[in-house]
Amino acid sequence: MSHGNMNLTLKIWRQKNDKETGKLVTYPVKDISPDMSFLEMFDVLNEELINKGEEPIAFDHDCREGICGMCSMFINGRPHGPKRGVTTCQLHMRSFKNGDTIVVEPWRAAAFPVIKDLTVDRSAFDRIIAKGGFISVNTGNAQDANNIPIPKPDADASFEAAACIGCGACVATCKNSSAMLFVSAKISQLALLPQGRVEATTRVKNMVAQMDEEGFGNCTNTGACEIECPKGISLENIARMNREYFVANIKS
Amino acid sequence: MSNSSANFIQSSLGKKLLMGLTGLFLISFLVVHATLNSFIFAMDGGDLFNQGAHFMATNPIIRIMEIVLFIGIILHIVQALVLTLKNQKARPVKYAVNDGKANSKWYSRSMGILGSLLLMFLVIHLSHFWVGTKAAQFGGTIDEHNTYIEIIEVFHNPLIVLVYLLGVISLGYHLAHGFQSSFQTLGLNHPKYTPLVKLAGLWFSILITIVFAAMPISVYFGIVK
Ligand code: HEM
Ligand code: SF4
Ligand code: FES
Repeated sequence: MSHGNMNLTLKIWRQKNDKETGKLVTYPVKDISPDMSFLEMFDVLNEELINKGEEPIAFDHDCREGICGMCSMFINGRPHGPKRGVTTCQLHMRSFKNGDTIVVEPWRAAAFPVIKDLTVDRSAFDRIIAKGGFISVNTGNAQDANNIPIPKPDADASFEAAACIGCGACVATCKNSSAMLFVSAKISQLALLPQGRVEATTRVKNMVAQMDEEGFGNCTNTGACEIECPKGISLENIARMNREYFVANIKS
Repeated sequence: MSNSSANFIQSSLGKKLLMGLTGLFLISFLVVHATLNSFIFAMDGGDLFNQGAHFMATNPIIRIMEIVLFIGIILHIVQALVLTLKNQKARPVKYAVNDGKANSKWYSRSMGILGSLLLMFLVIHLSHFWVGTKAAQFGGTIDEHNTYIEIIEVFHNPLIVLVYLLGVISLGYHLAHGFQSSFQTLGLNHPKYTPLVKLAGLWFSILITIVFAAMPISVYFGIVK
């Protein structure tokens, strides 16, 4: 074993499909480099499993650089593991110690059914976004820059909300499986800009209605989502969504 | 497409709004209640306290507010029940390992349990004092009704004092989260003022706990007699 490498015990949720009940299965892994990412460690384990003729562990991943939001893993009781502001693909094995036991589970929510092992179906998020509809922009020639003046703080707040990658960590960690951080980010990014104001009333109503229909829970403001969100989406967005929703319901 | 405001109160955010509004209303009641309680420390054999109690038992506006208060508590409890059941259904399979303390306070995750403890306490509490006052009101003996003597008698029992302390501590933790939570629910979050709201909520919860705990403790130890 080269210097600094680790031996670990993994307990990983295995589940054949959405019908069968799964269970935690123990896998020892040896000689793991602290510079590997968590997903690379899974690649090593999967290679071993394939060589032994066993079924590899299904897990979601795509960009492996923290922008696609696919790599959903609930690691030792926290989404994306122990570090703040990172996704699982950005988590390095140096965040663990030689001899550690690491429990890995899929996101747990009625609205995110398990497809297989650690992969879950997050299309509920897509349906909520689709309910947001479109924004009104005039077609034709491109507008002059700065044609519509937007205060810098609004533009910044909108940009920060738009940083949400739809990973679902907020739902996964919330004791109520509430999607309100995600939905409020998607509502805020448009509600803060003049182009998004035109349909703001119907947008917030439709997105909240879809969120409820998908079976997500109700926020109790524990603030866990804000701590665990890899993109640092703020609770201010949830308050903004609440305001938008109340005003929208007063108006129409 | 669900577009009508008729769905408002059925929606998650509508229910939460009701939760927050009733919670804040109940807090305003606590302020009045705690103020009247502290009248026992006038050390005048209960004169001031009994005047306060008599005013509360006879003033017509307070009589109406009492009904509003009961409706508020019922709405708060019913919404709490509905929301908590929905939230439990939203996660049918639990995690084997869930490190809640890494990202939130235990009392923010225990509002249902704290509220249920509060409810149990409330029933005991009402059976001690409210029932007696009601009987006097309807029996026409409210002018002779001495609430001060009533509390002195009730708080001689150490078991009752213990139950009250547990009830009051549950209330303190319920408010430690609930006070600031209700502002967030109403959509009032601002980088400048939210830290102040959180601080005020914490100190309010501590103060309320101390004031309510002071009555049974000081009666039991004979400081107030
Ligand atoms: C004097 C009595 C009470 C007061 C002053 C009070 C106050 C509050 C406040 C201010 C909130 C925050 C609302 C929000 O976040 O929008 C709250 C939430 C809550 N209360 Fe109460 N409450 C009381 C009694 C109860 C009782 C008797 C129960 C249960 C049977 C209960 C259960 C809950 C639950 C489950 C929540 C939701 C947690 C949350 O959204 O933060 N409460 N309460
Ligand atoms: S709000 Fe944060 S945690 Fe939730 S989906 Fe968006 S990026 Fe992920
Ligand atoms: S794989 Fe894209 S964010 Fe992790």
